[in-house]
Amino acid sequence: MTETILVELTVFVLSVFVGFEVISKVPSMLHTPLMSATNAIHGIVVVGAMLVAGAAIGGTTGSVIGAAAMVLAAINVVGGFAVTGRMLQMFKSKPESK
Amino acid sequence: MSGLDTGLALAYLLTGILFILGLKFLSSPAHARTGNTLAAIGMLIAVAATCLDRHIVTWPIIVIGGIVGALIGFFSARVVKMTAMPQMVALFNGAGGGAAALVASGEFLKVSGIGTASATDLVPIVLSVIIGSISFAGSLIAFAKLQELMPGRPLTYPGQQVVNGLIGLSVVALAVYLSLGNLDPRAFVGLVCAAALLGILAVLPIGGADMPVVISLLNSFTGVAVAVTGFVLSNTVLIISGTLVGASGTLLTMLMAKAMNRSITNVLFGAFGSVQSAAGGPAVTSSGGTVRTASTEDVATLLAYSRSVIIAPGYGMAVAQAQHAVRELSANLEKRGVDVKFAIHPVAGRMPGHMNVLLAEANVPYSQLHEMDEINPQFEQADVALIIGANDVTNPAARNVPSSPIYGMPILDVDKAQHVVVLKRSMNPGFAGIDNPLYENPKTMMLFGDAKATVSALAAAVPTA
Repeated sequence: MTETILVELTVFVLSVFVGFEVISKVPSMLHTPLMSATNAIHGIVVVGAMLVAGAAIGGTTGSVIGAAAMVLAAINVVGGFAVTGRMLQMFKSKPESK
Repeated sequence: MSGLDTGLALAYLLTGILFILGLKFLSSPAHARTGNTLAAIGMLIAVAATCLDRHIVTWPIIVIGGIVGALIGFFSARVVKMTAMPQMVALFNGAGGGAAALVASGEFLKVSGIGTASATDLVPIVLSVIIGSISFAGSLIAFAKLQELMPGRPLTYPGQQVVNGLIGLSVVALAVYLSLGNLDPRAFVGLVCAAALLGILAVLPIGGADMPVVISLLNSFTGVAVAVTGFVLSNTVLIISGTLVGASGTLLTMLMAKAMNRSITNVLFGAFGSVQSAAGGPAVTSSGGTVRTASTEDVATLLAYSRSVIIAPGYGMAVAQAQHAVRELSANLEKRGVDVKFAIHPVAGRMPGHMNVLLAEANVPYSQLHEMDEINPQFEQADVALIIGANDVTNPAARNVPSSPIYGMPILDVDKAQHVVVLKRSMNPGFAGIDNPLYENPKTMMLFGDAKATVSALAAAVPTA
């Protein structure tokens, strides 16, 4: 048990450094798409929602919680990636038309 | 560890790698779309792998809930206007925070069923519920403010800090009580409500130009909530991804706050714009006849016979959907040999990069967009500074009126140009609710009207070479 927590803490701390490192070089014009993309990435909570919704624990209350978690997480993932995609589409292939 | 578990762990590792690479690619305009695709593939792998998890014994809720959520997310992302993007991000962010809190609630239900739980189980559950609920409720308020379902200005009342402090204390008290092994459902529900209330009350007094900072902060909050949920479920992919978002979101928030010369604590507790400049402020503009108005023809002629024009767009351009008209005006001027540049203030609009996104949509080339530090020295050589729906980011009070709430915020030096033309809907003050002495400057001309209509009229009125 303690060992698991230590491994998880290690992963956590290293991820903090990676998070800071990866972002530090983004030009400000990409800040909005970037915020939107990180917003989509935390939609990974859908994995947790699946585990809770699929566990069939806690009777009706459990099912309601699982269903609500699934809906919200799916909104986050799909909406997040779709909005980011739309934003980035505008940055693609600038026709240098004058 | 069975073969299946190993496969699952490896799939999650792959997801983590794809997320990190995705964020890396998102750092450059040329590869940003690849970055988004990589991250989406990572997400797909994680979801597919989780389907094989042997802890999942029932499918209907997952499938139905997933399809319903995916449809809502997809269609709202499709139909939303580019100008409404910030509040959409806030809404999706709130959904993520809510999901994290719900997952932790599900786990609480599970340990309650067992009857006992150790602090190592309970502390992450409690933390996840607190942070997730704050993020959920706070994001909904941010959405309501930006969607103008409620006043966008800061809402304050006497004793606000004390009330917030008391609710904060009750959150801490309930959290400690639950973490000590008291599996009391009423205390748990109380904790969820108190944390959500805290989220609402924390965002209510924030308004004005601080809104983008808050959305970014809430985004990183949700990231942390997801990471803690990862500890609850002992799931590394949640820990990695949540932490990535938490860390990068915090950095982004600090960059934004820095651009406005404000600290995070000031943003959260300063109630931006609620302290109207009492004494020593400039004469009240609404009363004065000191403002010079101009006609479309005057401005079109002025622009057409200039050598260089710098356009400073703001939220007004976004609201009026004027970006295509602006592009047309700039193209017509360039045909006449006028040098046109765009000055982008880091917090113009409602999100950092908001103006860039809109101008990119209208096919304005990157090379014409200039960031504040780069463009400011060039205003002195410019014949005309054309301000389209920007207010607070051009307010000289930030430079020389210490009593102004935005004193110290870096601004675009539009008043250094030979002529200043301000396109504005009315004489109303900006989002932050502060008067702008720029409008009384003798070299300033005001052109009132809807930004899109005015700019289209200007573009048409510019004589062709």
